[in-house]
Amino acid sequence: MMQVKVWRGKADGAFQEFEVQRHASQTVLDVVTYIQRALDPTLAYRFACRVGMCGSCAMTVNGVARWTCRTHVDKVVKNDQMEIAPLRNLPVIRDLVTDMREFFDKWAKAKGQFSGALTKNEDFQKVKPDSPARVAVDAGIECIGCAVCYSSCDVVSWNPEYLGPAALNRAWTLVKDERDTHSMDRLRAVAGDAGCHSCHTHMSCTERCPKQISPTAAIAGLKREVSLALFRKTL
Amino acid sequence: MNAKTQTFLWVAQRASAAVLGICVLVHLATMVYAVRGGLSAAEILGRTRGSVAWLVFYSLFVLAIAVHVPIGLRAVLGEWLGWRGAAREWGLILFAALLGWMGMRAVLGVFL
Repeated sequence: MMQVKVWRGKADGAFQEFEVQRHASQTVLDVVTYIQRALDPTLAYRFACRVGMCGSCAMTVNGVARWTCRTHVDKVVKNDQMEIAPLRNLPVIRDLVTDMREFFDKWAKAKGQFSGALTKNEDFQKVKPDSPARVAVDAGIECIGCAVCYSSCDVVSWNPEYLGPAALNRAWTLVKDERDTHSMDRLRAVAGDAGCHSCHTHMSCTERCPKQISPTAAIAGLKREVSLALFRKTL
Repeated sequence: MNAKTQTFLWVAQRASAAVLGICVLVHLATMVYAVRGGLSAAEILGRTRGSVAWLVFYSLFVLAIAVHVPIGLRAVLGEWLGWRGAAREWGLILFAALLGWMGMRAVLGVFL
């Protein structure tokens, strides 16, 4: 058995304790699901795919943001105790559910939408898989939008305007996308205090990203590109 | 303040850090070398008075400090105290001027 403390209520809520049976290969999401189905059906939480693809189930487990569907209890439980809370840096709607609007709005602010020059009537634009730009895109493209990085970022907690690691990583993959036509607008959107220049290179995002992406490297790339644009007077 | 100016400040802080890195090394190396036979005001003044090379070096040092420190402080004030906006920027411009004035007063004090 283990003691599981689960956050209940909004930002001013409190932890509620549950007793849950341990099982082999049990995930943190299994624990939350068990509590909701067997112990307290009023518990609110969010999940979808259960296999680490959708990015819905991220929570703070023992103080660390994690994707709960792929986090085994064995890896995080301490003295048969576990604390599960909503993600940090996002408004809490109820219990373990956070409001993700701000997180995704910042992707839009960082111009995270692809805009190419070709129409569906034209042939595909060829991008060499081993070109340096494409290799840079590959390094950041597998983001599932779970907000673990955003929740782990101290700069986000200090500066609410800061776009955050995921949005900046997304911007970087588009800046390096040879087909995209709005790179300069994007560099303008990610420059300055709310953008890449506020990153302190703490690397919490890189350490915690469940997909082993390095938003820190993406942000460093953006700093380089924005500085070059400044020198070239194109910013 | 627009994003372009903020980017310029970021570049200025990195560039001034590079200058400071060299200045601090030269300054420390000179100190270690100069105190070998004991330290006296007369010896320091003997080295710096009328020396255009030291005047240029320490003026550059002061300039780099006056650029670097307020930009760093700007982030500290914004992130730790939540102080942003025009009042902070004007306050820091005054602080930069104060650093530059005090620094150059010291530099000219040992040059003239």
